[in-house]
Amino acid sequence: MWWYLLKRLALSVVIILLAVAALFLMLHSIPGDPVSIALGPRATPEVQAAYAAKMHLDKPLYYQFLIFAGNVLQGDLGSDVFSNRSVALTLSEQLPYTIALAVAALGWAALVGIPLGCLSAIRPNSWLDRITGIISVGTIAVPSFLVSIWAILLFSITLRWLPVIGAGEEGDILSQLRHLILPAFAVGLGWVGYLARMVRASMLEVMGENYIRSARAFGLRPRTIVFRYALKVAILPTITLIGVGFGGLLSGTVFAEIIFSRPGVGKIIYDMVLARNFPVVQGAVLVTIALYVVVTLIADLMVSWLDPRVRESL
Amino acid sequence: MSVNPSDIPAPAPDPVRTGAAERAYSVRREKLILFLRNPQGMLGLFLVIMFFASAIFAPVFATHDPLTMDIPNRLSGPTADHWAGTDQLGRDTYTRVLYGGRVALEVAAIGVSVSLVIGLVLGMVAGFGPTWLDNLLLLIFDAIRSFPTVILALAAVALLGPSLKLVLAIVIVTSIPSYARLARTSTLALKRTEFILAERSLGASTPRILARHIMPNVIGPLLILSAMDVPVVVTIEAGLSFLGLGVQPPTASWGTVLNEGYLIIRDTPWMVIAGGIPLVLTTLGFTFLGEALRDIFDPKLRKGR
Repeated sequence: MWWYLLKRLALSVVIILLAVAALFLMLHSIPGDPVSIALGPRATPEVQAAYAAKMHLDKPLYYQFLIFAGNVLQGDLGSDVFSNRSVALTLSEQLPYTIALAVAALGWAALVGIPLGCLSAIRPNSWLDRITGIISVGTIAVPSFLVSIWAILLFSITLRWLPVIGAGEEGDILSQLRHLILPAFAVGLGWVGYLARMVRASMLEVMGENYIRSARAFGLRPRTIVFRYALKVAILPTITLIGVGFGGLLSGTVFAEIIFSRPGVGKIIYDMVLARNFPVVQGAVLVTIALYVVVTLIADLMVSWLDPRVRESL
Repeated sequence: MSVNPSDIPAPAPDPVRTGAAERAYSVRREKLILFLRNPQGMLGLFLVIMFFASAIFAPVFATHDPLTMDIPNRLSGPTADHWAGTDQLGRDTYTRVLYGGRVALEVAAIGVSVSLVIGLVLGMVAGFGPTWLDNLLLLIFDAIRSFPTVILALAAVALLGPSLKLVLAIVIVTSIPSYARLARTSTLALKRTEFILAERSLGASTPRILARHIMPNVIGPLLILSAMDVPVVVTIEAGLSFLGLGVQPPTASWGTVLNEGYLIIRDTPWMVIAGGIPLVLTTLGFTFLGEALRDIFDPKLRKGR
């Protein structure tokens, strides 16, 4: 178990390091001079040189990278080119919105998708199974940004039930929840299909195992067998899927945040790319990747904790 | 959901035909019949053919020129002249959506085939090569997959400016890992089989073994995966163009039509409806087709996906 933990942690660290290096190189090969952007066109060469020296922009690339990596390790992600605000502070304000959206989306998808998958596995090829199959493929087929647009069209513009823009009044939980409904619906809809199909497939496989046959021989009701005994094992591939698919989920939240003008990490990356405010882009992308790596790590550890067989094989 | 193969009666064995080649032929024929009887697969095939036909023959089906403006009739709903209404400049939405399919087809065809080839080669190298190379490649694949696509695209656009070429590059880079992983898994399984050992003892070089003996055995599942990958690729293109990071106006793409439609969504709903429907139909078509092919030709692949 400890060896596995160590290996898995090392992989996460390497991925984050690779991402930091790639990001650093990418953003440093961008055309455009950060000094003239920060100081404006009227700055004299002396002022520009002084600024470059202060920001270490006159040093070689590897030196800049070491400073950058060191600062990142200390939790310092630099400061906003325009407002001089700490990037870490800005992101810590935005991150809760993104996490709330991701958790709400995944949460409702799991609450609907997992029971759907179980129910259709109890009676394969029944009408419920067929309908679930159609719903699954249908929800997977519609890209999340299209769901967002169509949901706005239906619920906000035609029916006028829900607000379109923003994240709600600060401190007003009810208003914030109302603003969360549509984005969470749009981001999570595809996951209902994914989860239902995944749970159905692994449930059907588990139902062929010996211990399920024993449970059946004892005369337990099919419902009890599925939800109390089989689900514990059948859920494992689903947890891995959630871990692997979390990057896709984050892509979905980026679209939802832009379309619904919600604050969040994705929205800030989009705005700051257009504004060429690179320190913020850099920090936000880094935070997103770290978030992804942590979630995958947690998913893998959960699976290995729940299923001793995975632990042994690694 | 899909038709269970055991539900369909096998065709009666033909007493005249015998021998291994004939048997292989009849198995293939049986599978073809199985595919033709699969309603989901046939629907998928129909939608896929529609997608290709509408994109290739867009000028034939189009009622207007995609760039001609008709200002007096701007923002109209569906009429006899403009079947899907017009946009904010009075351009015909139906025609623009048809031409948008060409962009989608171009990205899908180039993106999927290039990433299939690169993924196949890298996957075979990873599976057949030394362990350190395998581990290194796996690490790179995982690192690429850890970048959420949109965020990778945003960073790349900041660097290079939006263009169709960049969309293609992003599509290729992000889809290589899934092909490579699949090819690697099958190669690993083949590596220790007897016919490969025999081939090697005859003195065949590694490139020859890979190209002549491993590749034909590995490529089948990859082709099926590529059918299911088309929707992903088309969605990436539409999504990036929607954000203004892909195809640039005035070129019509499903993403730019959706973007322009979203800006005027309070005036007319028709553009976001017309721009979205082909995206959904294409996705459904390729998914249905890919799943039907997978269920019939490679049931093993079903597990774990």
